[in-house]
Amino acid sequence: MDEEEIRRRQRGRAIVMAVLLGLFVILVYAITIAKMGLYSS
Amino acid sequence: MTGMTLSEAQVPIADWRDFLALTKPRVMTLVVFTGLCGLLVAPATLPPALAFTAILCIALGAGAAAALNMWYEADLDALMKRTASRPIPAGRMDRQAALHFGVGLSFFSVILMGVATNWFAAAILAVSILFYVLVYTIWLKRRTPQNIVIGGAAGAFPPLIGWAAVTGNVAALPLILFALIFLWTPPHFWALSLFVRSDYAAAGVPMLPVVAGARSTRIQILLYTLPMAAAAVAPWPLGLAGPVYGLAASALSLAFLVLALRVLANKAAEPSGMKPEKQLFAFSVLYLFAIFGALVLDRFL
Repeated sequence: MDEEEIRRRQRGRAIVMAVLLGLFVILVYAITIAKMGLYSS
Repeated sequence: MTGMTLSEAQVPIADWRDFLALTKPRVMTLVVFTGLCGLLVAPATLPPALAFTAILCIALGAGAAAALNMWYEADLDALMKRTASRPIPAGRMDRQAALHFGVGLSFFSVILMGVATNWFAAAILAVSILFYVLVYTIWLKRRTPQNIVIGGAAGAFPPLIGWAAVTGNVAALPLILFALIFLWTPPHFWALSLFVRSDYAAAGVPMLPVVAGARSTRIQILLYTLPMAAAAVAPWPLGLAGPVYGLAASALSLAFLVLALRVLANKAAEPSGMKPEKQLFAFSVLYLFAIFGALVLDRFL
C-alpha cells in the first residue's frame, strides 16, 4: 500500500469521524430537550 | 516506528467502509425493523428523539456484536467463499482494530441506551450482545449443530429491547415476538446452510447439514416451522393483536409451511437442485418483515 493511499484512507476516516461527532452532539442536545420535556410534563 | 515510512508499516490502514462492513449492515436491517416494531406496538410512546436513539442503539449494538463476531471468526471467514472478502480475511483490516471497534461500539450503544431511555432496556441490549458474542460465536458455533438453535436467541432480543425502551418492562407480546424470531432462526439458517453446505464443511463448522445430512435437516426445518407458525399466530387468539394481524400471520405462516413441505419433498444433494431451499430462505426474510409490519399496521388501524 503506497503512502498516498494510506493518507487518503486516514483523511477519509478523519472526515467520517468528524461528521459522526457532530451528529452525536446534535443527538445529545435532542435527547436533553426531550428528557426535559418528559420531566416537566 | 522511528525511520519507518507509513507504507512500510505492517498493520493495514482500514478504510471507513471496512468498519461499516464489520457491522453487517444488511443483517442489521432486520434487527432494526423488528426493534422498531417492538417499540411501536408498546402501549405508550416515546418522544421522537428518544425513540430514534433507542433504535440507533439497537442498530449500534447489533453492529458491535457483528464486528466482534468477525474479529473472532476471521480464520473461519477466510476458509469460506461467502465470507473470504470480509475486511479481516481479505487483509484490509487488522484484527485488533476490529476488536477495539466492536468493544467500543458495544459500550457506547449500551450506555447511550441507558442514558436516553432506561437501564432495563440497556441491560437487555448488553445481554443480547454478550449472548451473540460469547454464547453463539465463541462457545456454540464451532462445537455443536445446535449452534443456531440456541444462538438464534441473540437475534430475537430486538423487539424485547424496543418494547422495554418505551415501557421499562417486558410483557406477553414482546415475549411471544422473541419466541417467534427464536423459532424462525433455525429454518431460516438451515435453508441457507443446505445450499452453502460445502462452504461450512470446508471451514469445519458443524452446521446441521454437515453433521446430520440434508434429509435430517429438511425434517428439522419442518419441525421448527410448526411451533414458529403457532408463535406467529398466537397474539391473535390471546387478544394481544387484532384480526388484521391474525389473518396476515395465518396466511404468511401457511405459505412458510408450504415452502417447508416443498423443502422436505426435495431430494437434491447439490445446490443447483435446491430451488425450494433458496425460495424458503428468501421468503423467510420477507416473512419476518411482513409479520412485524402487519403487527404495527394492526396496532394503528
